[in-house]
Amino acid sequence: MAVRVRVNPIACEAHGMCAEVLPERITLDEWGYPIVDERPVDGELVEHARLAAKSCPVLAVLLEEQRGPR
Amino acid sequence: MSATLPRVLAGIEPHGALTLDAHVVTHGPLKLAGHGRRRRTAPLIDEAERAGLLGHGGASFSTARKMRSVVAARGRPLVLVNGVEAEPASEKDRVLFECLPHLVLDGAVAAADAIGADEVIVATRESLGDAADAVEGAIEERRDRGVRISLATVPDAYLAGQETALCSYLSGGALRPTFTPPRPGERGVDRRPTLVNNAETMAHLALIARHGAGWFRELGTDGQPGSTLVTLAGAVRRPGVYEIEFGSSLAHLIDVAGGSDGPLQAALIGGYAGSWLTPAELSSVALDDESLRPLGATMLAGVVFLLSGSACVVRETAALAGWMASQSARQCGPCLHGLDALAGELAALAEGYGGQAPEQRIRRVASLTARRGACAHPDGAVKALLSALDAFPELFADHARAGACTACDAPAELPLPGWRLPDARRRVAA
Repeated sequence: MAVRVRVNPIACEAHGMCAEVLPERITLDEWGYPIVDERPVDGELVEHARLAAKSCPVLAVLLEEQRGPR
Repeated sequence: MSATLPRVLAGIEPHGALTLDAHVVTHGPLKLAGHGRRRRTAPLIDEAERAGLLGHGGASFSTARKMRSVVAARGRPLVLVNGVEAEPASEKDRVLFECLPHLVLDGAVAAADAIGADEVIVATRESLGDAADAVEGAIEERRDRGVRISLATVPDAYLAGQETALCSYLSGGALRPTFTPPRPGERGVDRRPTLVNNAETMAHLALIARHGAGWFRELGTDGQPGSTLVTLAGAVRRPGVYEIEFGSSLAHLIDVAGGSDGPLQAALIGGYAGSWLTPAELSSVALDDESLRPLGATMLAGVVFLLSGSACVVRETAALAGWMASQSARQCGPCLHGLDALAGELAALAEGYGGQAPEQRIRRVASLTARRGACAHPDGAVKALLSALDAFPELFADHARAGACTACDAPAELPLPGWRLPDARRRVAA
């Protein structure tokens, strides 16, 4: 099951945890806000994505499960 | 009926609203075709689809598809007419409300009938008092069965017309955009599926309900059938709201409006989230999205602002960037920081204090700002600013090198009202 990572920019407070946990998809801009590569992740990165979502102090990281091949 | 204009503006009187009787004499009575909630469509939705009606609020989204998504959503639907008209140079929704309120209300009632809604809210903003009065008078005149129409006024702010902000405010929340999904079509006012359409879109829908899709397509282009209202503003002899066929030339419209008021420096197409065109471009361009897209522009809400030859486009762009930053809801980091940074960079560039290669820094910050907010506000602000840089590179380079030009002292031309979004918590505390 592949998942797509999104960030709710209203909720986001630039804590930056997501970029620590999922650098493969998330980098930070010069103000500390995440720049998200929204290509779906699969394999072991799915677990990292879930951890990124869990570790966000304001729960701004959202995972969308992708159904079927893209 | 032949393919002639005016359509929406037919029967308009210079002063005051067309009464219900005069409206019916002009257009004939509105006949409702009913809805089919189980079939997930309705005759009017099918007709709007065949007509190819696209929304006139800025996004040019298919009205039929929007209606279908509301019908498919769970809950008791309602119709929201967006006549907030927060584009400072735009006047079309105000003109529709003040002069032709029944045409807009017909469209809203027909839309409500088609999606199975029993409630219509008409929204406008506080400083459009005459528009609100005319709509209220029109609501009192009408005897629609099975639908309740009410009027709502919202504070003056650029984002007051943003549909999720409007739905939030009308639900008792803050006048701030919300994260999507859910879109208003799924969960809008009071969490009900809400069909949000611009006031002008409703007027076109009212005409499609009467005359059908074939009639509608007799004007316009294949991609954008029908007519549209354009607010022609700035350096033109007779500024105002004009109805044109999609695909007709801007030069012709300017002629109809008495010609430009002296030589032109530039035109801003669409609105404050729109694109700047050079004099060469604006003398040859046609007004429809397909013709405008190669120039990086679209019709958006139908504003055409002509900048006079005595204005400074760099100064105007810097002022506009500052104003767009001031209108940010300041909810999303990239919009809050990005628009402030861009406004600062442009103000410095205009004065010649921008340091080395300010255009490069502006483009880099712009790329960090666009498409990263909950709503399209940062995208629009960035688009207008980059289109100015692209259209007038030598003017920006001159300012970056030498500072203010002789035209910089001329009075600013783009209207930039002193609007502020109300405090986010005000409504909750009230």
